[in-house]
Amino acid sequence: MPPATAVELTGITKRFPGVIANDDVHIRVAEGEIHAVVGENGAGKSTLMKILYGMLVPDEGQMTVGGEVVSFSSPGEAIDRGIGMVHQHFMLADNLTVMENVILGAEPLKRGAIDRDAARSSLEELGASYGLDIHPDDMVETLEVGERQRVEIIKVLYRGAKILILDEPTAVLVPQEVEELFRNLRELKAQGHTIIFIDHKLTEVLEIADTITVLRAGRTVTTVDAGDVTAQELAELMIGGDLPSPSTATHQIDDHVTLSLTGVSVADDDEREALSDVDLTIHRGEILGVAGVEGNGQSELIETILGLRSTAGGSLTFNGEEINDWSVRRRRESGIGYVPEDRHRRGLLLDAPLWENAMLGHQTVEPFARGFLIDRSGARNATEAIVSQFDVRTPGIDTTARALSGGNQQKLVIGREIAADPLLLIAAHPTRGIDVGAQAAVWEELRRVRAKGLSVLLISADLHELIGLADRLVVMLGGKVVAKLDPADTTPRLLGSHMTGADVDNGEPAQ
Amino acid sequence: MTGRRILMALAAPVSAFTFSVLISSAVLIAVGTNPIDAWAEMLSFGMRLETLVETSNRATPLYLAGIAVAIGFRMNLFNIGVEGQYTIAALLAASAGAAVSLPAPLHILFIIIVAMIVGSLFSGVAGYLKVTRGVHEVISTIMLNAIAWAMVGYLMRTWLADPNDTTLNLKTREIAESGRFPNLNGILQTFTRDIKGGRELGGFIIIAVIAGIVFHLYLTRTRSGYDLRITGLNPFAAEASGVDPKATVIRAMLLSGAVAGLIGLPEILGDDFKYDLSFTKGLGFAGIAVALIGRNHPAGIAVGALLFGWLDSAAPILDVRGDAPREIVSILQGVVVLSAVVAYEVASRARQTQEARDTAIATATPTDTGSDKPEGEVGA
Repeated sequence: MPPATAVELTGITKRFPGVIANDDVHIRVAEGEIHAVVGENGAGKSTLMKILYGMLVPDEGQMTVGGEVVSFSSPGEAIDRGIGMVHQHFMLADNLTVMENVILGAEPLKRGAIDRDAARSSLEELGASYGLDIHPDDMVETLEVGERQRVEIIKVLYRGAKILILDEPTAVLVPQEVEELFRNLRELKAQGHTIIFIDHKLTEVLEIADTITVLRAGRTVTTVDAGDVTAQELAELMIGGDLPSPSTATHQIDDHVTLSLTGVSVADDDEREALSDVDLTIHRGEILGVAGVEGNGQSELIETILGLRSTAGGSLTFNGEEINDWSVRRRRESGIGYVPEDRHRRGLLLDAPLWENAMLGHQTVEPFARGFLIDRSGARNATEAIVSQFDVRTPGIDTTARALSGGNQQKLVIGREIAADPLLLIAAHPTRGIDVGAQAAVWEELRRVRAKGLSVLLISADLHELIGLADRLVVMLGGKVVAKLDPADTTPRLLGSHMTGADVDNGEPAQ
Repeated sequence: MTGRRILMALAAPVSAFTFSVLISSAVLIAVGTNPIDAWAEMLSFGMRLETLVETSNRATPLYLAGIAVAIGFRMNLFNIGVEGQYTIAALLAASAGAAVSLPAPLHILFIIIVAMIVGSLFSGVAGYLKVTRGVHEVISTIMLNAIAWAMVGYLMRTWLADPNDTTLNLKTREIAESGRFPNLNGILQTFTRDIKGGRELGGFIIIAVIAGIVFHLYLTRTRSGYDLRITGLNPFAAEASGVDPKATVIRAMLLSGAVAGLIGLPEILGDDFKYDLSFTKGLGFAGIAVALIGRNHPAGIAVGALLFGWLDSAAPILDVRGDAPREIVSILQGVVVLSAVVAYEVASRARQTQEARDTAIATATPTDTGSDKPEGEVGA
């Protein structure tokens, strides 16, 4: 007899403006199993878990917990049903002790005062029964990352959770801590808890999970037993086996080098090496695709080329000149365009009218400026042109950027960068979070400007996009370029293997 | 469309003011006073020519203070140090003005420039500390206020004290006639009647109006102003667009301090001709309130400054008649600031929702499904 169902999600759909995060997702989690949910960034894993935990309300679909149909409008209701979540970013008060953090919001009371003895003994009981090593009176600020995570887990158990959701729990841990975590999870499982585990590190998933559900582009691809699948197969499922053959018209790439990076090393905000010894070249009229799981140095690469981050070593050459010491403004003025990965953060002034957004990044040059003054009529005319050429759907150019849908915001950003006629365009996830129609328009536009001699650095998590658009591909992992590939004979499977660091048996090594 | 926009823009301040009057009325009722009588008294007293002249004189420094604060606010810099900046600027400008002799317009110009430079340098310290050491400007400007007051006290007792002073009221030497700002009584009286009680309509209001216009043109018409504004709207996008965040912080602090330097001048150039212990304090903090009421917009700040100026000018009648404590006006002012902040937020959300709806309607096509909802509506 199969084990009872702990949680079942049926036909869950969640739309955000411009994007469908979950599209008819089905998952059944059996009681007492460790169920992994895997998928690329943006596949909809986090949205799904937020729905299950009551942080988001689904547009369609049904959830059952322990056989009963439920609908949560807040995490409190999910907690009442025995569901607990351990967030990727810990939610602990540093200046309280472990015990105080655990009981925060669920304090045991005796005659109106916190019953510390009761709290301590129930905490010690929890620790003992699950084999969790805890010290109730340690200050949280003194704890290591792995210990903090354990506090989060205990917090959830203390509230009586039988079903634990862990959102990328290993992302912050070092290997030894991962082992410790897995030991704890197996213990919890042995005691009858159900664990839902979100991750995209495939080897870890295979090690810990009993069952694996793969999400891709918001849809459930399949659910498999961990024993029946290899890392290779999982990668393929995550990325999608078949690809539409990209109809890239053959074209001649110039041998003029627009941008080259030689031995570039860069430190991140915590002084750790974010890029190490990166060599790249982009020629005139070429799209260089950068593949990689997010957080492997792509953001730092962009920031370095743009001048937002200074190099620790190596040199950047743009159009034959070394630009290491150039300011962001000088780089932008000399022809580096930028489509940011997060348009709200880096690319738009949400509360400013469209015409002021259209001049962002080009505010020092014609037609937006004349000398030290803003050329209002020039800027407005240029904005009208961008809006009509790039089909930005808006009532007018005095509308604030916030009012536009995501796809139209993106068209405005891409339009203004292309309209400025740059030599190099940094396009980071140019089609993220926009609908299919807008996506096709963006691709078409990139192909068109490439034909005119524009160089494009294309960073994307969408492997279809990379293989379909790029003339050459590089893969980044851990701040290094680990592979250089020709998209013509690259499969998503091969690309995925390079990206996730799974065993590579048929790729060429990095040059 | 435009009519509705103006209506929406006015709805917030008007409702904030109405709400504040209601709250203050409730307080008056609670202490056993008839609020209608009190307001009626203030209104009739407040409409006298002399009170209106006084309103203008009080509004002038408030307006400059509001502009000084707003320059910082427009890029999310909280220059709490306007208070200290204008005090030290007034002292040094008054002393410098008394120390030189120049022909009339140049003398005034010289004093104004000294005041602006001193204000700038003093606020520039906070800017410098922020970009080099990461010291938050709220902390540094508050501490610089204390330093400014201590410096003023020290300088007045030592180097800058008038050696011929026979009173116990410490003061600097007087500025010669050529350095005094003319009043506007002549112009005003040709349109109205004679101003009684020896009141003068301060001429510095002209400088304040010019400062407001320059502030507006700077923000909306210059590249530098655009950079400053977009840094306030979205510092990350501004940086990626080529704005140097450090240079912009310094520039904003210097500009804010330069305008702050002007705040004390109506009093120095138009009234006292020297800096002494009776010099008006608290205008820098009042400027924060005025900037908040005015939403950091030069026209809005003018409304806020005139409102505060008028309330301050009309309030003394309450004491004279003895019906209501004049402190009720302070309560009213405080409530106005708070409710204006809330009302603006409510209005801005309403505007966003409205605009999002307009945009969705204007851009809807039969093929668009749920995907064309505006992004502004996320956040549930």
